[in-house]
This record gives sequence, structure tokens and C-alpha cells, in this order.
Amino acid sequence: MSKLTLGPVLFNWPPEKWRDFYFRIADEAPVDVVYVGEAVCSKRAPFFDPVIPDVVERLEEAGKEVVFSTLALIMTEREMEGVRALTAPEAGLTVEANDISAAALLKGRPHVIGPFVNVYNEGTLSYLARQGAVRVCLPGELPRESIEVLAAGKTVDLEVQVFGRLPLAISARCYHARARGLTKDNCQYACGDDPDGMELETLASEAFVAVNGTQTLSFTCCNLAAEMNEMGVEYFRLSPQDTDMVAAARIFREILDGKESAEGADDRLADLVPDMPYSNGFYYGVEGTAFTDPESVSE
Amino acid sequence: MSATMELVCPAGTPASLRAAVDAGADAVYVGFRDETNARNFPGLNFSRGELADGVAYAHDRNVKVLVAINTFPKAGNPGPWMKAVDDAHEIGADAVILADIGVADYAARNHADLRRHLSVQASASNPEAIRFYAEAFGIKRVVLPRVLTVAEIAALNTQIPVETEVFVFGGLCVMAEGRCSLSSYITGISPNKEGVCSPASHVRYEEEGDVLVTKLGECTVNRFSAGEPAGYPTLCKGRFLVKGKPQYLFEEPTSLSVIHMLPELAEAGVTALKIEGRQRGRAYVAQVVAAFRKALDAVATGEPVSAEELATVTEGRRETAGVYKRDWR
Repeated sequence: MSKLTLGPVLFNWPPEKWRDFYFRIADEAPVDVVYVGEAVCSKRAPFFDPVIPDVVERLEEAGKEVVFSTLALIMTEREMEGVRALTAPEAGLTVEANDISAAALLKGRPHVIGPFVNVYNEGTLSYLARQGAVRVCLPGELPRESIEVLAAGKTVDLEVQVFGRLPLAISARCYHARARGLTKDNCQYACGDDPDGMELETLASEAFVAVNGTQTLSFTCCNLAAEMNEMGVEYFRLSPQDTDMVAAARIFREILDGKESAEGADDRLADLVPDMPYSNGFYYGVEGTAFTDPESVSE
Repeated sequence: MSATMELVCPAGTPASLRAAVDAGADAVYVGFRDETNARNFPGLNFSRGELADGVAYAHDRNVKVLVAINTFPKAGNPGPWMKAVDDAHEIGADAVILADIGVADYAARNHADLRRHLSVQASASNPEAIRFYAEAFGIKRVVLPRVLTVAEIAALNTQIPVETEVFVFGGLCVMAEGRCSLSSYITGISPNKEGVCSPASHVRYEEEGDVLVTKLGECTVNRFSAGEPAGYPTLCKGRFLVKGKPQYLFEEPTSLSVIHMLPELAEAGVTALKIEGRQRGRAYVAQVVAAFRKALDAVATGEPVSAEELATVTEGRRETAGVYKRDWR
């Protein structure tokens, strides 16, 4: 049975907006799993921490599986302590490890591996499964051939992002701060200005990438609506953008249920992210910016 | 304070290997001529026979040879990576430098006596991650990702059971290594999978009047007016429009040099210093290695370090101490 998941909000939204977003997801979105937590920058976490209990309660009351996402890049002792607390056995949480450190701390207990851990092949996948991973969200740059091989021989559930800007890179340096002539230490939380990321253009005024603090994302919106039913994986991730994600979840649910076509979905999704071109290039093993009409791809 | 940090030097060709050895390297790192290493460039790297000759040359002079097998095997085709580990062992390499968990597991189970280092591509930036690789696969040394300050490296070294190696000179990744898909986003070719970032096959230089436009694939990476020195279009060193204003948002076209910080790195407990540049020519390698040999020897005897030797190779290029200084972030 295919399941829809909602990835963690990657952007720095105001805490009230963040809380209300999840409340509405809990009440209305046909998703099975919801990831909660700060994966990008530890400086943001203190703003969300106070509202997390209410969000988790609401999601669990609505029957959602709640998974706590860890930071992708852990550099400081304080960040390390945060991950230790989240993964401690006594915390009793289901956790998505976005760094191998978190996976190591979760060894022997069921956990999820997030898309920021490099799982490219069956050797790594089976090793992590033996450590206790029960689900692995694959990195966005994996092509179809790799997904098919991993799906065929797997001992754990697999998850693939099918909607939203794709994470491309993470850095020690904060580019939102740098854009303002600041550094990460005195960033003034500049990333809060751009709820979908700050869009960069080339000097030829063409779309390039979207910057989210220390993270770089695709400018394009990943859209694998046409491909999801052929992948052989069970879990499909929608990565939150600053749009009606309840509507997005309904569209993808209808595709999984055979009630909507890929073409119909493309048209409806375009209304949700009107300024983001679609892409599926990584899936087809070409440049990630590309959007290939699945009809034109030979088997 | 350790006075004997090891100097780990790049070699993309047998000639560069000999040059590095002759110039005072303690260890030389190399890759096989295929996608199993992160400098999979045309005309670069070693055949099995060349590696055997290189190992003999280095070992005769008490220099180690480390083999980088630091890309991530394609699903369904791990064979070339396993073969690379087998052959490095057979040829008598002193260590392999690994990034993928599956490959590290294979090496640990099949060649327990082959020393294993963790590549920067594994992005192990904290004590729990490093302890995992040490305990699971017997990793003896970690090449640290370029995300930590010297103070953080010093703190880390008190918490881990393995040696650390840090980059001190050459090309500078701005993103956490092994976690960057910018190149494949624009070209379809990825450092993690194919071992190539911003591939030369996709580079174009176009003239528009007096302006030189550099492109990677369809992406304009920079525009240089007459007289402005033009650089290679590496995506993260490009100039882009930030709210309409041109800016080197990720990083300037600059390279790393911390030859002045060697005493601080020794103080931080670092075991080995790495020079980037397997794609560089023999003369460059010889010059940089010689300069660092001299600097390290000076550090060992408490003398001041001179950067003069590097002036000719860095001339015209900007340098940075990168993340080793906190305000870089």
C-alpha cells in the first residue's frame, strides 16, 4: 500500500505560521507520515521548539505517524548534544537520521534514514538495514536505474521525494547572511525573508538555484507524479513549499489511488507553484534541471 | 605539540607521484583511472601497473601511497569499487581512502590488514559520525570536511579514537563534500557518482563583444569584461544575481592556503596535512610540496614559516583561510 509523507519544513517560517501549517496538515491532508524538526540550521530551532509539542499532539491525534528529523550537518558541540537528546532511547521518539551520527546513535532501534545520508547502493542500504533502519528516503540525485535495483533487493521500505524543491547542497557558510554582507554568527535570521528560498539567477537572468540559509535547493520543483507508480517504492515524500500543501497532498493521493492522471496532476500542481518550473532530470539520469515528458522516454 | 605532522600530497600521474616524493612528501594519494575516485578526469590517474611502479618508487624512499576509492558505487554495479580495493591491497598500497559505507564494509571484511582512511567525501564532521566509522569499519584516520574551525578541530580531536587529516592548500569546496549535487543538477555528472565536478566536457567560453562568458552546460557561470582574469566555471565559484545584483554568493574564485596556520593545526592535534590538486601538473606539485616541506620543517624546529615559496604558484589568485577562521561562515 503506497503511502504519502510530508518532509520537514526546510525553510525558516515564523513559528505561528509553522504551527498552523502543521495543524492544517493534521486536520486535512491525506498524508500518512509527517516529519517534524529542523534539518537545515540549528540557529532556527529555538523558535520552533516551543510549538513542537502542540504540533505533534495534533498530528498524532489525527492518526499521522510523526517522525523527528535531525540536522543534516552537525558541526558544533551544541548541535551534537541536540542530536543525542533527540535520539536518546528514553526520549522514545521515531527519528529520521539526516547524518550518519544520528544513525549510529539509533543503532539497534527502528529508525528512518533521511535523504541527506548517502545511500547510493545495495551495500550501504543493507548495512543500514542491519543497524535498524526500517525506512530509507533516498537522495534526490539517484536515477531510476538505481532506485529500481534498490527496490528489487530491499529489506527495508524506501521513500523518494516526488514534489518540492530538491536539496542540492549543505554548507558551513550561510548564504542568506552573506547576501546581506553578514556572517552566520550575526545572520539576523535573513533566511526568514524567503519562505520558499531566495532565488538566484545567472548573469544571463536565467533561473539557477534557491538558497535557504546554509542550504542550496533546486530552483525547479521536483515533480515525479507521472513516475511514482512505476518506481517499486512504498513511500512518496512531498517537501513543503509555501503553498497549499493540503491541495498538493490530495493531488498525489489521487494519483496513487488511480483517480487522477499525471497530466491532470501537472496542470493542477502548476497552480500551486506557478513560478517554479518542474524537473525530473535526476530520475532520468540527466541534468537535474530537466523536465522530461515521460511519454518520450523509451523503456 | 606534535612536531611531525605528515604531509599528504596529490598525484594525478606517475610523473607527479615521483615529483611529490622527491619534493618531500610523507605520503602521496592517487586514484585508479576510472569512476572509483573523485578526480575522474580525462588523462589522469593510474593503471594498475603504474600504481605498482609508483608504490615501489615511493616505498624505496620511505614514502607512503594512499589510494582514493572515494565515490559511491552505482546500485547494481559495486564490482569496480570492490576490485579497486582488492587491487590496492594486492599492489601494496599503504591505505585506501573510502567514502561509501558499503565499500568500507567490504574492505573491512575482506582486507582487515589494509589500513582504511575515511575520505572527506564521507562528510564525517562530528565525534559520533567519526566513532561510527572507526568502530564499524576500523577506520584509522578521517579526512575532515571543510566545515570546522581550528578550535572545533581541536575539540574534536579530544573526543575521537582516530587520526585527523585536514586540507591546507588548493581547491576549496564551499559545500560540505560528498553532499553536493550542484554539478549534476546542471550537467547530469556528479562528484559522488561519476567522480567529476563541473566537468570540462560541459565547459564553454563564449565571446560577446568585449565580454567573455563562461558556461557550464546551459548555465552562465560568469561574465568577464576585458582585462578581468577569467576563471574555470566551477559552479560554486560563479557570479550570480542576488535580488538583481551580481555577487559571488557562494565563494569568490579563490583557493585555500593556510601555510601560516601550521603551528595552530599542530596544536589542535592534527596528524596529517593534505594538499589538494591531483589534476595539477608535475611542476605545480613539486613546488607546492617543497614549500610545505620547508614550512613543516620550520614548524618542527620552532622557526617562523615563510610563504614566499608559494608566491609563484598562487600569483594572481586569491587565497582564503576558509572555514578554519570562524568569520568565513
